[in-house]
Amino acid sequence: MNYLENRKYVIQAIFLVVGVVYALRLFYIQVVDSSYKQAAETNAIKTVIQYPFRGLIYDRNGELLVQNTPVYDLMIVPKEARNIDTLRLASMLDITLEDARERFKKARAYSWVKPSIFQQMLSTQDFAHIQDNLIDFPGFYINARTARGYPHQSLGHALGYIAEISPKQLEDSTYAGYRPGDYIGKAGIEMAYEKYLMGKRGVKYKMVNVRGIDKGSFKDGAYDTLSIAGQNMVSTIDLDLQAYGEHLMNGAKGSIVAIEPKTGEILAYISAPFYDPNLFTGKDYGKNYMQLLQDPDKTMFNRPIMADRNPPGSIFKLTQALIALEDGVINPNTRYACNKSLVNCHPHPSPLDLRGAVQHSCNPWFFQAYKALINQGKSKNTFTDTSIGLRDWREHVLTFGFGKKLGIDIPGEKSGIIASTDLYDRVYGKDRWKYSTIYSLSIGQGELGVTPLQMANFMAVVANKGYYVTPHLIRSIGEDGKPLAENYERHYTSVKPHHFDPIIEGMAEVVRAGTGRKASLGKVGITVCGKTGTAQNPQGPDHAVFVAFAPMEDPKIAIAVYVEHGKWGGQSAAPIAGLMIEQYLTDTVTIKEQEKWVLSREYLNIKSK
Amino acid sequence: MSTTQHRVLGGKIVQPSSRRQSTSVFGNLDWFTVLIYFVLVALGWMNIYAVVYSPDNVVNIFSFDINSGKQLVWIGTGVILMIVLLVVDNKVYEHLAYPIYGAIILLLLFTLAVANPVAGSRSWLDLGGGIRLQPAELAKFATALAISKFLSQVSLRQQRMKDQMILAAITFLPAVIIILQNETGSALVFGAFILAFFREGMSPLILIIGGSAAAIFILTLLVPKLYLLIGIAALMGLAMFLDYRLMRRFKTMIALFVLVLGMVFSVDYFVNDILQPHQQNRIKALINPEADPLGYGWNVTQSKIAIGSGGFWGKGFLEGTQTKFDFVPEQSTDFIFCTIGEEHGWVGSTILIALFLLLMMRIVYIAERQKSVFGRTYGYCVVSVIFFHFVINVGMTIGLAPVVGIPLPFFSYGGSSLWSFTILLFILLAIDANRNRELVR
Repeated sequence: MNYLENRKYVIQAIFLVVGVVYALRLFYIQVVDSSYKQAAETNAIKTVIQYPFRGLIYDRNGELLVQNTPVYDLMIVPKEARNIDTLRLASMLDITLEDARERFKKARAYSWVKPSIFQQMLSTQDFAHIQDNLIDFPGFYINARTARGYPHQSLGHALGYIAEISPKQLEDSTYAGYRPGDYIGKAGIEMAYEKYLMGKRGVKYKMVNVRGIDKGSFKDGAYDTLSIAGQNMVSTIDLDLQAYGEHLMNGAKGSIVAIEPKTGEILAYISAPFYDPNLFTGKDYGKNYMQLLQDPDKTMFNRPIMADRNPPGSIFKLTQALIALEDGVINPNTRYACNKSLVNCHPHPSPLDLRGAVQHSCNPWFFQAYKALINQGKSKNTFTDTSIGLRDWREHVLTFGFGKKLGIDIPGEKSGIIASTDLYDRVYGKDRWKYSTIYSLSIGQGELGVTPLQMANFMAVVANKGYYVTPHLIRSIGEDGKPLAENYERHYTSVKPHHFDPIIEGMAEVVRAGTGRKASLGKVGITVCGKTGTAQNPQGPDHAVFVAFAPMEDPKIAIAVYVEHGKWGGQSAAPIAGLMIEQYLTDTVTIKEQEKWVLSREYLNIKSK
Repeated sequence: MSTTQHRVLGGKIVQPSSRRQSTSVFGNLDWFTVLIYFVLVALGWMNIYAVVYSPDNVVNIFSFDINSGKQLVWIGTGVILMIVLLVVDNKVYEHLAYPIYGAIILLLLFTLAVANPVAGSRSWLDLGGGIRLQPAELAKFATALAISKFLSQVSLRQQRMKDQMILAAITFLPAVIIILQNETGSALVFGAFILAFFREGMSPLILIIGGSAAAIFILTLLVPKLYLLIGIAALMGLAMFLDYRLMRRFKTMIALFVLVLGMVFSVDYFVNDILQPHQQNRIKALINPEADPLGYGWNVTQSKIAIGSGGFWGKGFLEGTQTKFDFVPEQSTDFIFCTIGEEHGWVGSTILIALFLLLMMRIVYIAERQKSVFGRTYGYCVVSVIFFHFVINVGMTIGLAPVVGIPLPFFSYGGSSLWSFTILLFILLAIDANRNRELVR
């Protein structure tokens, strides 16, 4: 065993070697390398964070949507803040004495030696005043950084806003690299494109002596990093159109979504009531935010993508007709009588073919067409047959982008509801429901929920005769302006292009001589194709819907207008759509009488049915 | 018991290698080790105070509001603990080695099941009243006891596969549970027992292979893979050229090279794909702290600045500035060595290193004079654990080891750590004090 005992020398040698290596290494760090000694003389290293410029956002015509404006934070280092005239400080900042004391306490609790924010986002005037007096307040200094600014008052819901990162986000590893006090996109484009917009923070190490006086950069800036500005981006929004749409919706509730059909680019995105994005910058941000959050009109509710509880109404008849054509159960010349014993209707010629049925929105016609579609006799059992029919129909509907998230490039989108066999099986029991249970789907009522974005997207589908491009708000990132490929993917519906022609012709008639006359631009030679709708609302006056695209020959804009409590699509939503289309296509508005009518809000007083 | 104590206080104290046939534990106690223990604990306590000390806001070192005051409570209870450990019949440790080990394993599992995560780690057991215990700390001495007991069996065959497997299981079972608790740093400590195994007859080849593997691991992260492999191939070629016997084992050499090749690529995969981001960062910080001084390199950079600014003589007790400005995180626990480096300079740091070397050498000496395999192995287990903590803890503050959150023995702030090392060391001293009774029996 003696040879094993000798191993103790090996072990002791390992100990000794480590000890000697460590002592030598320490000798190098502590005695030989003088750069650390330099730090010893100046005694502390201050890190100065270089905040990068957040990326700017432009509209499709190069107008600035979001910019950066300088703001000033008043910082405090508690250790150095001594003999402070708290009363004077409070009056200078226009805060109460208790508030000032509270802030002192908070800063001390955070760190005795590290700076923390005493007052956020001073305005330029306040900054000038305070800067002059700062000499009497040791331990306080001004930190300049930039905040978001908007040279307009539009588009709040789509742009979103930035705010200080929350403690919860800081714990989340997705946000690794962020520090307390950092700003981060909290909604809309600011949130969705955070990684492009934020840029990269830089850091400077400065040596300061005991009195906090600058002694130059540490190790000649060897550890410093430059901040890299965030990437600018180009939005698909047309700011003029957006502002005009907000002007038209001012005081109303609802949504307007306008899309360029071929590209899926969103031209206008209005959620009314809307808010001025400038409310979310500056020191009153918190107050404004709470006010908006609590207001009874639900301003913060992002209607175009979140209002998915309401049935689409008559506009859905177009979808039904398209699917029926594709399945071959009707053809453009199919005629049905306006049999009011099936479902109620309004006076119009009868019987009608498909175009006429679209033009007059004949309820019994679509009752019968949808019955032909659902009950194709694939099973002898009428319950099973209905179930098969509904299941196949639903698959068609989903290809139009209904009943699922379209994938718009801002967070919060809802998927909507499309009736399914599961749903009815659950409610009525399997084989306990048939066509008479579900017929209201034929006219767009019942178990259907569609967002305004999905309605506008549906118009893009019709305009494109069978496909849509995922609607999106950002065209390109960075200076080269190359479009983001992932935003331009085409999705084809299950309906063949030629089936769209009779529908489009019927829609043109709706605007020329039907319920959508108030959207007509015949005066300026533009053919608008549209369809009115009414979403039944058990809580009050019905909601009005109008969807359209124009020009008929070469569609440039597809639009959905949704006016809450607007009662009749033709009276409230249609003129708004007409005005928006004319504004976008010609940059002027000639149908002034419609504008006057819309702004008067007279449509709210029309007798309900 | 009171008479025993009285005799100690009476003054027959320092007689390290006493041959007296005293029956008292305290008479045969290795007072030299006890002295080093108290010097380390006292220095630690003063440095813990230095960390929180602020000239603007002087708080008494005994105040329970600050860490030094609390540490005093841990030290006091630690003294009671050591007296208990010494007066208990020392046969207990050998007889109850397995039951103690089993109990601690159960406690570890229990902790894993019920613990509320603290900073991602599920290793703390809340005892109520603000007192928390980290059972992972207790696992060290329990595992050391179990290993010693196992290796001291007369029926043991070291070359037998089955026995090797059992030994490995005893060693790594607690480590696996501790990794599941997300305390990888504490789990690595169990690898240190390899030193004890080496002393008890493990092939030195394993130590050499382990060392080379560690070297290749670090080199893989430092040097581009291609250059590294060319370098290793060249070294092998050179070895074969110098020693013709290797020439004849050409196939073995090729196999060896393929093995190295596999390791280089799996290390790459392991670090970049398997390790969690914070673990990756610790390894990256070791290799190049300058790459991201604000991010993962922060601790290492700041800790080197603090130590480096100490110079030859240091700035003096309570005069450190880097440490006071909260630049280095975990200042009173894992990075306490920075305070020594800054306030006491190279002289102070070297004295501390010397103290640890002295302690470790002394433990080896104690271990070698045990008459039982159990006592000797346990002694080596103790020194292995202390050595590992020392190497990593000091190494990480000067950029020679990855940042692994383990404390400096006897020195760092914290009750679990101080108690754990006190138990570890004083069980050895209790066994040592009774080593002569072994003969009498």
